[in-house]
Amino acid sequence: MATAEIRNKIFSTPETNYLNCTKGWKSWAFTLDHKRIGVMYLVGVSIALFLAGIFALVLRSHLVKFDSGMLSYDNYNKMFTLHGAVMVFSFIIPSIPAALGNFVLPMMLGAKDVAFPRMNLASFYLWIAGTSCLLMAILFGGGLDTGWTFYTPYSIETETGVIYATFGAFILGFSSIFTGLNFLVTVNTMRSPGQTWFKLPLFLWSLYATSIIQVLATPVLGITLLMLIAEKTMHIGIFDPRYGGDPVLFQHFFWFYSHPAVYIMILPAMGVISELISVYSQKRIFGYSFIAFSSVAIALLGFLVWGHHMFTSGQSPIVTLIFSAITFTVAIPSAVKVFNWLATLFKGSILLNTPMLFALSFIFLFGIGGLTGLFLGALSTDIHLHDTYFVVAHFHFVMVGGTLTALLGGLFHWWPKMFGRMYNDALGRISCALVFIGFNVTFFPQFVMGARGMPRRYASYDPEFQIFHQISTFGAFVLGIGILMAYVVLVYAAFKGPRCGSNPFRAASMEWQSSSPPDFHNFIHQPTMNDPYDFDSQVYDEELDTFIPREFADPDKLPARPEPVHH
Amino acid sequence: MNLHLPLLLQSTNEEIIKRVQESTLSGTKVPQSSIEHQGASSFTQFWDSSYWFPEQASTFAPSVDYLFMWIFWVSTIFFIAIVFSMVYFCVKYRRVGGEINPLPSSSHNNLIEIAWSVGPSVLLVYMFFAGAQGYFDSKIASETSEEIQVTASRWNWVFTYPNGDSSSELHLVNGRPTKLIMQSNDVLHSMYIPAFRQKMDIVPGRYTYAYMVPNKTGQYRLSCTEYCGREHSKMRTLAEVHDTDAHRQENTQWIEEEYYPWKNGERIYKINCSGCHKINGEAATGPALNLLYSMKERPLMDGKVTVDEDYVLESIWYPGKKIVEGYGPVSKMNSFKGKLTQDDVSQVIAYLKYLNNPADVAGGDVESGLRAEGGDKSGTAGTIAPNDKDDDGSDET
Amino acid sequence: MAVADTTDHHDHDHDHHDHDPFIAHHFDGPQQQFDSGKLGIWLFLVTEVLFFSGLFVAYTLYRNHHPEIFELAHHHLDKVLGCLNTIVLLFSSLTMALAVRSAQTGKNKNCELYTLITMVCATIFLGVKAVEYSHKWDLGIFPKYGFNYTPGHHEMGFLGLSPYLIKLSAIPALLLASFAGASVMGKLTDKPAQFKFFMGMAIMVAGYFAGVAGGVVYQNAVDSGHAHLAMSSSPLQLHAATFEENGQHHSHQHSDQHSEGQGHEGGEEHGDDHHDQRHEGSGESMPKSVGAFFSIYYCMTGLHAIHIIGGIVALAWIYYRSQQGHWREDYFGPVDYVGLYWHLVDLIWIYLFPLLYLID
Repeated sequence: MATAEIRNKIFSTPETNYLNCTKGWKSWAFTLDHKRIGVMYLVGVSIALFLAGIFALVLRSHLVKFDSGMLSYDNYNKMFTLHGAVMVFSFIIPSIPAALGNFVLPMMLGAKDVAFPRMNLASFYLWIAGTSCLLMAILFGGGLDTGWTFYTPYSIETETGVIYATFGAFILGFSSIFTGLNFLVTVNTMRSPGQTWFKLPLFLWSLYATSIIQVLATPVLGITLLMLIAEKTMHIGIFDPRYGGDPVLFQHFFWFYSHPAVYIMILPAMGVISELISVYSQKRIFGYSFIAFSSVAIALLGFLVWGHHMFTSGQSPIVTLIFSAITFTVAIPSAVKVFNWLATLFKGSILLNTPMLFALSFIFLFGIGGLTGLFLGALSTDIHLHDTYFVVAHFHFVMVGGTLTALLGGLFHWWPKMFGRMYNDALGRISCALVFIGFNVTFFPQFVMGARGMPRRYASYDPEFQIFHQISTFGAFVLGIGILMAYVVLVYAAFKGPRCGSNPFRAASMEWQSSSPPDFHNFIHQPTMNDPYDFDSQVYDEELDTFIPREFADPDKLPARPEPVHH
Repeated sequence: MNLHLPLLLQSTNEEIIKRVQESTLSGTKVPQSSIEHQGASSFTQFWDSSYWFPEQASTFAPSVDYLFMWIFWVSTIFFIAIVFSMVYFCVKYRRVGGEINPLPSSSHNNLIEIAWSVGPSVLLVYMFFAGAQGYFDSKIASETSEEIQVTASRWNWVFTYPNGDSSSELHLVNGRPTKLIMQSNDVLHSMYIPAFRQKMDIVPGRYTYAYMVPNKTGQYRLSCTEYCGREHSKMRTLAEVHDTDAHRQENTQWIEEEYYPWKNGERIYKINCSGCHKINGEAATGPALNLLYSMKERPLMDGKVTVDEDYVLESIWYPGKKIVEGYGPVSKMNSFKGKLTQDDVSQVIAYLKYLNNPADVAGGDVESGLRAEGGDKSGTAGTIAPNDKDDDGSDET
Repeated sequence: MAVADTTDHHDHDHDHHDHDPFIAHHFDGPQQQFDSGKLGIWLFLVTEVLFFSGLFVAYTLYRNHHPEIFELAHHHLDKVLGCLNTIVLLFSSLTMALAVRSAQTGKNKNCELYTLITMVCATIFLGVKAVEYSHKWDLGIFPKYGFNYTPGHHEMGFLGLSPYLIKLSAIPALLLASFAGASVMGKLTDKPAQFKFFMGMAIMVAGYFAGVAGGVVYQNAVDSGHAHLAMSSSPLQLHAATFEENGQHHSHQHSDQHSEGQGHEGGEEHGDDHHDQRHEGSGESMPKSVGAFFSIYYCMTGLHAIHIIGGIVALAWIYYRSQQGHWREDYFGPVDYVGLYWHLVDLIWIYLFPLLYLID
């Protein structure tokens, strides 16, 4: 057993850590350290979030009046396109995998870094290049007004910066492929000795499933966008009906990527929630293998359902029928996850702090998002609801209510690990409440509007919908304030928060065995491979005021291990 | 309960009508019911499909609404169960006093896992079949359908009926099965009539079809739901269901098929130009057209131009070249080269001249009271007996 | 409990492990590093295949919709040059495999030689491709939008070469000059490593010109010799010939052989063509639609050529490291990975060649 000296060396707040071991901008710009890259990614995607969030608030302000003249039609169209494109390509897709995942994944494996650190950095710079390209569409291309889906033939005809934007999305695709490839290899080859697949934290299962999608689906988007650029510049006649092409083919290609991309966005979020629910209930996650395999099932089924975005597009009714049937099967693994989370709460010891509240709001919001998906999977109702605000509300419940909530929850959970400082929990909980309330007020009225026939992407609308738009706009500002507040709480904590120990939440996965913030090499000892959901493996150390692995504890003070329950 | 929120920019119906007519919305048709219902949002009846949906005006609306409400109740029950147990557990098992003491409990149970995977699947299977049923019902055309040609272009609708008449609103007859044969002149559009629960994309380079059997008279909304460019949101019109053929013939503003060039010009104007150019002297997105031929020279952003045929042709084909003062710096108009031939432009010019002085052009002295001629036409098409479905569309060969 | 020394956390890339410069600090050992790299490159190849698969799907759909276009167009792809390129690439795959084998056994000298041969094959391939492209551009065979086929139209540039070919060759010429210069500089300043490396690079670029020379000689033989009859009897040419008669003006730079061909063959089918033309409305539609085939042709072969260029860069890096003698029995991963990539690029060509050139 370890002496107090060794304990202090390993678990107390270190003087040098990955944040301050080297200094100067170059030490960040050229770093190969996954933790620094993760932090840089976090800053990047947060900027993208706020930028696209401001676009959203401008849109919502415009929609307060049914005949609003705040934005011209052109500007409105550009605004919603950029909101969508930046949110999807620059924010949501990289948010959890590239920011949180980059930081946490190698540490959860007890590894020093991801398998290809240079590629990891390249991924980040590709993200910057791609996002800049996307934004160059505003500066040099006169905006972008195609919608984030770049549907042909409009995207071929319009004179706005489609080429900048598609090229940007193409580059961002490679950034995403690099991250996914890196994660796949890292999880495959760099696990700790004794860390079998079924001892991986569930966050890693979900990241692994995500990475499979990133690697398999993104290249198709890449070639599609290249063909679109070729179509626009050389008129090769693949998508453009004027030259004998088929616009519906573009939709097939596009959704072959973009539907799995939806799971790129939501799967990592589900992984975060699995961790949070378990840690803050201090109870082994219920149905580990079902949650793990449901991630893989979602990833694989996700490749087979792209046609459900095209029920009204003129594809053959038989194809439509098949896509509808497969779509319903995806509902099952998602539901299994939710039920397992609930079962985990049962008889737990539930701590209602900020990350847990975000996790609980995730279950609420994702529940609505998932269940409203049923209306859109059924054919006859989808014909009515397709391309209305009902769809807008549905995917915002999943993307924002799901992914963004999980991102914030994950940030609050791992923040003490990332920066070694604790945030103000009361303010954090208020921000969570604002996000929750604001979000529901924003998007719930949109379900009603949509079902009553309000089409999406409309700059002006029939007067009867005005009241819903007004409520929605009000909610959007509350939501914006909530997100901003969460960020303020976090950023303040990163610089001024009180120091915290290596494992303040009694989590058992391996990243918590490093000091907070971690050393440059992640661990200064060989971390012990525990079951990530065996919380009894961590015991409280009074001297360090934190939880440490049983193996390192003072044997004199070691509490007895409760009997494991077998059924 | 009608919820009126005074803080949220409430207006009276009269004000709304005025705003619809005068604002950027001009040229867009808004159903009367939409104006009357603005600001009224009943929160009390969410359990009823009438809360969620516009009124049912086609034969397959009830099945869609039924399935919607069925899924709604299933979802609601599941959702309440999930949230209730979540909140209950969080209250019951919340950590008190910082002491971590989870109760011993199982962490896996294959039986329960299988139960909650398979159980809901049964419901999903029903949803799938009910949805597919409704979908195929709405996809099968009746043999006796009236076939209406729909031409969508940015940002106008033209509906052409079997007797050759056209209108910019869709006019249907109550109880008559209708087949829309749709084509697009430019980009993707989508035809959506919420009251009929029907929607179909219109894809350039091919025909797509939509079927419906309206069963309630009234004015309904028809909108484009596939994003198609700048004035996508103005690409909406009305779908009006009439009692009888005769009623339809009399009460429809037909786009007249006349031989006088100015009348064709008017038709072309209504289809292509009326969204942005008014003929009552008021400025809209573009300058008003009725005054054009009254002026010899027109001030531009830089310099002046003599108003003549060449200028009009150039403005239609290459709108960016000469921009009227006050509408710059860049033209907001699309080029109509390739869309309007020189012949078309000639007719538009005739119409512009007619607007300036009807006596100037051939047939200009004909009273533009279209109503009378509409009545005439109903005579020819009116051989179809009202509500006699067997004869419907039979003149379409 | 293994607690490593925590004395100094600054710039200590090497203080945790043995000082093997080829094992990255975050790997436990050479085996883990090799396994990671291998899995990584395989995944990368999967993305590459998927990337190309989009184009193959587009090709398939297009061919189903417009079989007649493919029928017409593939006459304009030269099977002999395509076949030559296939052989060159297959041979390069062999040398690549040998290079990997040499690296595995630690024979750096052999590896260096085989890598060089592989690179030369790659540049020969590009040289031939440049001749093919420029010949088509001379005839006005561009992707659909710019498609402007005028048979026999030859604008002669320097030495009777195609101006497009000269433009395409400018960058290789520049590279050749600078590599040769760098090599000489290395010799003069007594830096043998530099001399050797850039010598290899210069030889590699010279391969491009060998390819160009071969291609041009062949193309001239075809143009001036017996082959013109076969060319002019292609349906496409007949169409084009008739348009001209119908008053579509092309600059009258047609070679003599062309008008001969027209005289011999065009006469018989004259009436038919007129009929066709009226039938189709506009005279341009036929050749214009053939442009769609070439759109796909340029997209696929162009993307493939970009991959070849990428491969050459990677091979140059392997070549350099072979000269430095880096490979040993427990460290040859990079050669292996580049080799896999190279085989994939060859494999894609093996699919492209029959699909584009041989299809009937």
